[in-house]
This record gives sequence, C-alpha cells and structure tokens, in this order.
Amino acid sequence: MTDKITAKDINEQDKTLLADLQDALANCMKCGNCMEVCPVYKEVGKEAAVARGKLSLMEGVLKGAIPLSAAFDTAMSKCVSCKACTAKCPCGVPADELILRGRQAAVKARGLHPIKKKVFALLKSRQLFDFSLRMAGIFGPLNFKKLPGKMASLARFPMPGMDYKRVTAPFASTPLRNQYPEVIKVDKPKMRVGFFTGCTINYMYTDVGQSVLNVLKENDIEVTMPSLQHCCGTPVYMSGDVDSAKILAKHNIEVFDEYNFDYIVSACGSCTEAFRIEFPHLFHDEPRMKEMTERLAKKTYEISEFLIDVVKIDKSKLGPVNTTVTLHDPCHMARGIKVTKQPREVLKSIPGLKFVEMKQPDRCCGSGGSFSLGNYELSRKINDKKIADIASTNADLVATSCGTCRMHLMDGLHQNKLDKNALHVIQLLDQSYKAGHKK
Amino acid sequence: MEKHHINALKEIVGEENVLTSAEDLYCYSYDATPGHAHMPDAVVSPANTMETSQILKLANDNRIPVYTRGSGTNLSAGCVPTKGGIVLLMTRLNKILEVDLENLVAVAEPGVIVADLNKEIATLGLIYPPDPGTVATATLGGTVAENAGGLRGLKYGVSKHYIMGLEVVLANGDIMNTGGKNVKDVSGYDMTKLFTGSEGTLCVITKIITKLVPAPEAKKAMMAIFKDLDNAGKAVSAIIAAKIIPATLEIMDNATIRTVEDYAKVGLPLDAQAVLLIEVDGNPIVVEKEAEKVMEALKANHADFVQIAKDDAERDKLWAARRAALPALAKLRPTTYVEDATVPRNKVPDFLRAVSSIAKANNVTIGTFGHAGDGNMHPTIVCDIRQPEEMKRVYKAMDEMFSAAIELGGTLSGEHGIGLGKLPWMEQQHGPVTMNAMKSIKRALDPNLILNPGKLVGEC
Ligand SMILES: Cc1cc2nc3c(=O)[nH]c(=O)nc-3n(C[C@H](O)[C@H](O)[C@H](O)COP(=O)(O)OP(=O)(O)OC[C@H]3O[C@@H](n4cnc5c(N)ncnc54)[C@H](O)[C@@H]3O)c2cc1C
Ligand code: SF4
Ligand code: SF4
Ligand code: SF4
Repeated sequence: MTDKITAKDINEQDKTLLADLQDALANCMKCGNCMEVCPVYKEVGKEAAVARGKLSLMEGVLKGAIPLSAAFDTAMSKCVSCKACTAKCPCGVPADELILRGRQAAVKARGLHPIKKKVFALLKSRQLFDFSLRMAGIFGPLNFKKLPGKMASLARFPMPGMDYKRVTAPFASTPLRNQYPEVIKVDKPKMRVGFFTGCTINYMYTDVGQSVLNVLKENDIEVTMPSLQHCCGTPVYMSGDVDSAKILAKHNIEVFDEYNFDYIVSACGSCTEAFRIEFPHLFHDEPRMKEMTERLAKKTYEISEFLIDVVKIDKSKLGPVNTTVTLHDPCHMARGIKVTKQPREVLKSIPGLKFVEMKQPDRCCGSGGSFSLGNYELSRKINDKKIADIASTNADLVATSCGTCRMHLMDGLHQNKLDKNALHVIQLLDQSYKAGHKK
Repeated sequence: MEKHHINALKEIVGEENVLTSAEDLYCYSYDATPGHAHMPDAVVSPANTMETSQILKLANDNRIPVYTRGSGTNLSAGCVPTKGGIVLLMTRLNKILEVDLENLVAVAEPGVIVADLNKEIATLGLIYPPDPGTVATATLGGTVAENAGGLRGLKYGVSKHYIMGLEVVLANGDIMNTGGKNVKDVSGYDMTKLFTGSEGTLCVITKIITKLVPAPEAKKAMMAIFKDLDNAGKAVSAIIAAKIIPATLEIMDNATIRTVEDYAKVGLPLDAQAVLLIEVDGNPIVVEKEAEKVMEALKANHADFVQIAKDDAERDKLWAARRAALPALAKLRPTTYVEDATVPRNKVPDFLRAVSSIAKANNVTIGTFGHAGDGNMHPTIVCDIRQPEEMKRVYKAMDEMFSAAIELGGTLSGEHGIGLGKLPWMEQQHGPVTMNAMKSIKRALDPNLILNPGKLVGEC
C-alpha cells in the first residue's frame, strides 16, 4: 500500500474513471449549501467530511495537486450516501454519486477496506453466501445473545465488521425463501408479482417477508419468490466495487426477466432503487441489458407504494391496532425513489393507530448500508440524534421501510436504553389485517 | 511555517485540532469564490478566546499569516489563505451564551450558524434580521465580519445595524471588548462598527452581542411583471415615495427570467423585462393597508400583470421564481460569479440596462437579480473558468460592470464585502485619500500584517 498513487496512475488503468468526472465536479460552485444537511459533517465538523470538501478532493486528485492517498479513501468513506446534499444542491450536482465514483477510484487503486473485502467476497458467490448466512442462522443462538422481549440480540462473538456491543437482528434459522414454496398461490389471483426479498429480509427479518406475503395474499395477489435471486448489490456498489455490483445486478435482472411478472415488489427502498435507478444506470451502455433493465424498472415498486398506488387496497378490511407510531423515512425512499406519502397513507389507514410525525423524519439514521461497518462510532452519533427525535414524539414504536434502518434504529433504541420497538410499516398493516379478521 | 510552529499550535489547541495533511489543507484552500484557491500550512481550530489569543500571539511573533474562517461561504475570496500560513477555523466556538429578554439582546460565539440563532429565538417571538442566502450555513462571525445583509435588507438593514458589541482578539493576541448592551453608546470611536465588516483584516471576533427585534406578526407577498424596464423602476420609486418600506423588494432582469422559466417553469412571460417581488411585513392591519398601496403603485406604473398572495401556499409560489434565480443561473455553466454591485435605487433600471449591454458586447452570460429596493444588485456571470479565452471576456465584462456601478454613484459591494474579489476597483471607488486612511488603520491595528494580508485594503 503506497500513498504515492496519483491520478495519472489510476488513469493508466482506467482512462475514464476520474477524468470524465471533471465536468460534473466543475459544476459545484462551492456555495457550501450542503453543509446544512450533511449528517456526517454535522458530527465531524471538518470540510473533508462535507460534500463540498469531498468533491474538491476529487478535483485535487484530478489536477494532480494531491495524491490519491489513504486519507483520500478515508474522506470518501465518510459518507452515508443519504443524498441529502444532492437534494439540497442549487447547482444540481449529484454529489452522492460522485463520491461513489471517488470510492471506485480508490478501490481501483488499492482494493477494499479489509473487512468489507471479506464480506463482499462472500456476496459474490450466491451458494457460498446462502450457505454461510444460513449457518449463521442455524448457529445463531451460539452467536447471539437474545435480549429480552425485542427482535434484537447482542453479538456474543466478534463478527467480521461488527462492533462488539452492537445489537443486530439474529440470522433466521430458516431463511424466508426456504419457509415457503417458490410460488404462493391464491384463489382467483388479481395479478402475479415477483417478490425481491433482498438479503436483510431473507436472512434476518423474515418477519417482514412474512408480513409482505400475508398482505399480498389478503389482496388476492399471487406471489413468486424466484429462488435464484441474489443480493441486489447495493452495498458492494456503494463501496466502490462496481465490477462485483454488475455481476450481482446482471444475475438478478436475468432471473426476474425470465418470469414475466406483472409487477416486481420489494419491501426496501434501496432494493427498489436498485431495480429502478441503479441497474439501468449500470447497464446504460449495453443495449441488450439496458432494454431488459428498463422493462423491469418500470414494473418495480416498493411495497407501500405498490399497495397504495397500484393495488389501491380496500381499507374497510382493516382492524384496529391500538398504538402510537412515528415514521422514519429511509434516505433511499425519501430521496432515492421519492416515496414518502404512501407509507404514511398505509399507517394512517389503520384504525386505532395514532400517527405522530417526528422532527425531520427524512434525516438519515446513520446506517448508510455498509457505512456503519467501517464507521460504527460515527454512525452511532448520527443515530443518537434520530433516536432523540423519536423519543421526543413519545410514540410506542417507530416504523420504517428498510431493514438496515430498522436494525440500526433497534441498536440505537437499545444503546439509548429506550424500551421501544422498530418495525417495518408493512408489519403494522399485517397486524391490522389480522385484527380485521377477528372483527 | 516550521515544524516547531505546528508543534506549538498543537500545544495550544490539542493535536486533533491542528490539521496538516495535504488532503485537509486542500479542503481549506477555497471558499465560495471562484478562481482564488491557495493551500494553507495548517488549519487550527481553537475552542475559546484564550486559545485564539495564544494562536495570534504565536503567529504575530513569527510573522505567520492568519486567515480566519467561519463556514467559508463568502463570495470575495475572504478566507482564502493566499500567502499560506494558518487557517483559523472558528466553528468550534458555537455556543449561544445568552438571550437577554429584558434588553432584547443575544450574546453568542462566532461559530453559531445564523439560522440556529434564529431558531433559538423564534419561540420567543424575536428575530435577528440579517438573512444572507446562506443563513442556514453561514456563521455569525462570518456574517459580522462580512457585514452581510440579505433579502430583508431594505427594511432591516445589514449586520452592522444589529451588532451592539464585540469581543475581539487583536493581531498581537490582546483581547479587547467593544460596545455592550447599551442602546445608546457614543463613548469613543465606534470600534464595533469598524470591526463589523472588517473581513478578518483587523481582528478575530470571538464574541458577539446582537440586537434582537420582534418578529413581524404578518407578511404579505406580491408579484408584478413588467414588459418595460423603466416602468418597473418607476414602480419601485413610487412605492418608496408612498412612504412604504417593504421588507423585501426584489427584481429579476430578462436574462434571469428566461433562465428561471426554462428551469423551473413558474409561468413567467419570456418577453418580460423585469419581475418585481415585494413583501411587506409587520402589524396585520398595517400590512393589509401597505399591500393595497403597493398594488396601487404597481398598477399606476403600468405593471402588465400583478398578483397578491392570499395564503402561505400562494406566498410560496410567488417566492419560487426568486428562489430559483441563482440555482437556475448556476446550472447553466460550471463557474458562477455572484457579484454584488450596488447603485442608488433610482438608478436600478440604468444599471440593469448597462449590464445587459456589457454582457452582449463581451459575449458573456450575465443574469441580474437583486434587491431593487436598496439598489443592491447581484449580476451573476456564468462561464467556465477552464476556458482562458472566455475568461478574458468575463474579466473585461466585470471590469466594465463595476465601473458602470461606480459611475452611477454606486458601490462595489452592498453586502458581500471586498476581500480579493473586488479589490481591483477599490481605489477607483474611494480615491487615494480614503485608501490611505484605511491602510493606516490596518497598519495601526496589525503592524506585522498577519491578519488576512492583502485583502480588503490591499498590500500595505
Ligand atoms: C449562494 C450564496 C448566496 C449568498 N447570499 C448572500 C446574501 O444574500 N447576502 C450576503 O450578505 N451574503 C451572501 N453570501 C455571502 C456569504 O454567505 C456571506 O458573506 C457570509 O456572511 C459568510 O459567512 P461565513 O461563515 O461563511 O464566513 P466565511 O466565508 O468563512 O468568512 C467570511 C469573512 O469573514 C472573516 N471571518 C469569518 N469569521 C470571522 C471571525 N470570527 N472573526 C473575524 N473575521 C472572520 C473571514 O476571514 C472572511 O474574510 C452568499 C454566498 C453564497 C455562496
Ligand atoms: S455540492 Fe452543491 S451544495 Fe455543495 S458546495 Fe457544491 S454546489 Fe454547493
Ligand atoms: S450523501 Fe449524505 S453523507 Fe454523503 S456527503 Fe451527501 S449529505 Fe453527506
Ligand atoms: S438493498 Fe440491502 S436488503 Fe436490499 S438486497 Fe441490497 S443489501 Fe440486501
């Protein structure tokens, strides 16, 4: 590992990687507006942590003013990819994406963070991935100490990349897709949808997957969970390993295209964003893949969005769930696919449920996909602010639409000694349907 | 700077508050002004006045330049460390120390974000009026040092109208207090006003006593579209002549209107020569009356279209066009210069016409928007700083633009300050006697010329 890699060196490997960014970077007028919203900058307080600083560093590398050093990597890794800067930027600079490109450059130059490297090597082989996560599930009770009451447990043995104190969801003893047949039939199906489970739901939060299946069944929808689906690749992509991300994406696209579903649903903002935005982006210059990806992108929906906009659920079937709920908007829902109304509509249609809005519900929870693997302390600080906002609503529980957020919120609630639960929006809807049957 | 200086700085503020890696230094080589970047030798961030004082003493004894920095959002290269040395980052001094309701003043440290001060006092029904476009990011210290203004400058003025007292550290490290909580205070030279707007060249501000004012109870926004620029100018004069001082009286020229329309589709006619956005605020009854009078003035001066906002949603819609002005222009080309030339308010149409013909003659893109009520215009030049041939034309246009402003009896800056950006025209505006007096003040307070050297009054 050397500190002396320059833009010239990377460009010898990949002539376009950073160089074609020059125009995009030049559009940043350095107004500093991104300072207002960047959760990482708010904690770190240094220019290198805010989008403006990170973009400048990339410019500096391109100009040859500074080397592509380990410190450059560190600066690029200090980003939760929450897109807040991009949403705020008056010049329309897609800073979050450009920062990912900065990571790619760093990855090209010297490989991934060692912990992430281990995790991602695993991700690339579907069988190996499945095997090890299932093993984790089977031996879960050994690895995790269950905490009383909640869907959370404490890692007892150090996991690669997991902070010792950190609360995570236990790996499921049986992954979701092994709990059901591939096709879940209903009488008189209204439509056929493919469920992209994503890894969090398949291996950890099977309870969310079950709720998705229940709710779709309630609405006479036939669901297929293609057995060959794999992780969407977002974490790998975020870390700058584009080649691996493309392998995963291509696999998923080909698998889902085979089935010819009416719609594809997922219960995670990032997964939806992957199908809808990232995949088409990854294959924009490969005509066959591009066409296939765009076809899938058009029919992909996040579950709340799907139920409200497409299915238009019959709210009269819902029974009471007597609890007070606040909602956290995952970054990739709020700014990625811009879905914020529908989860609220779902919650507000549940009888008995009292919905209270927290301050800045769309501010990042600090998890940032695999960001928290490498920057746990920082991600905790960001999360503490979120937890304080949740606490000040006095809600019984916080709902969200992303497994990673749920896990991080759960951890935060535990670390802050708050006896509250974090659930997926769809779990509350499932409870409401169940209560409706008892009516 | 030498190694032992860095070590001494670390002794003062602690290891982690001195940044020296190439990456960190690069991140403090710029501010929001295009084309002036330069690397410092160290970035030092003190926690309090004492540390600030020790840093300055060290710098002064060793002739190390010091560039004080808040959020680095200024548009005059004010905190670019053009001669290397220390960037003194004030953002760790970020506490609101006191909100004194009996005297209606707040005491705060310089690193407090202006919007955060306003959030804190909003619940008390008070405001701190200076509201630059960057309120949500700029620091109190930076706005005081720049004498920043904002959209409500016409009625509420700029920073200097709200600063009652300061604690500052002088170049040699001495700590000095000016002013205080006294509403009336004519004891001695007005050092508070001298330091307000001194752009980091005379002192480092470490504490600020601000005046607070009651928040207006009601607001009313109106928009008028003019196909004839002179009519717009006459409407502005008529409003003022009717003895109405709106909080906001904004104008956009045709180039800006076309750009905004293309980008935000807010429904502005492309052939309009000016759009005025006016907001009156205050007591609800007075606001209603004033709004009526403004509407009359607009109609009497042949506005081609007028609209008054009935509720908050409509107010937001009217504001949308003005808010889109800078983003829309900034998106056209990579480099954006937001200039700040100001003319007496009855000269606004003349100035707009001059700018548009200068733009045409030099083949550069300039959209002008700004505060018509106080004559503070923001001609915004968009270009690509990487194209040397284009930049020659841009610099020539800038030159002609500032000369035009000065010839109309105007000033180089209404709120952004001088820094390095406007320095070339200072002598033209002020003449040698004034420049000499200003330089004498600089030399008296900073004999070793360590504070933001070369800025505002130039080399001494
Ligand atoms: C998009 C955009 C819109 C803007 N709109 C407006 C506007 O409407 N009105 C307006 O007035 N300005 C505006 N500005 C300019 C800028 O935001 C203001 O000048 C602001 O006051 C700078 O604050 P800052 O904290 O970023 O200071 P900085 O940029 O960090 O510093 C500004 C100057 O103050 C000095 N300084 C900073 N802190 C101290 C201190 N503690 N003691 C002594 N000197 C100090 C610095 O040396 C420098 O010379 C705008 C800028 C941008 C990019
Ligand atoms: S990224 Fe956008 S918001 Fe941030 S400094 Fe650049 S132009 Fe401003
Ligand atoms: S994406 Fe989020 S964390 Fe990353 S730079 Fe932008 S605002 Fe900061
Ligand atoms: S976005 Fe997250 S949950 Fe969804 S597939 Fe990717 S890694 Fe798994």
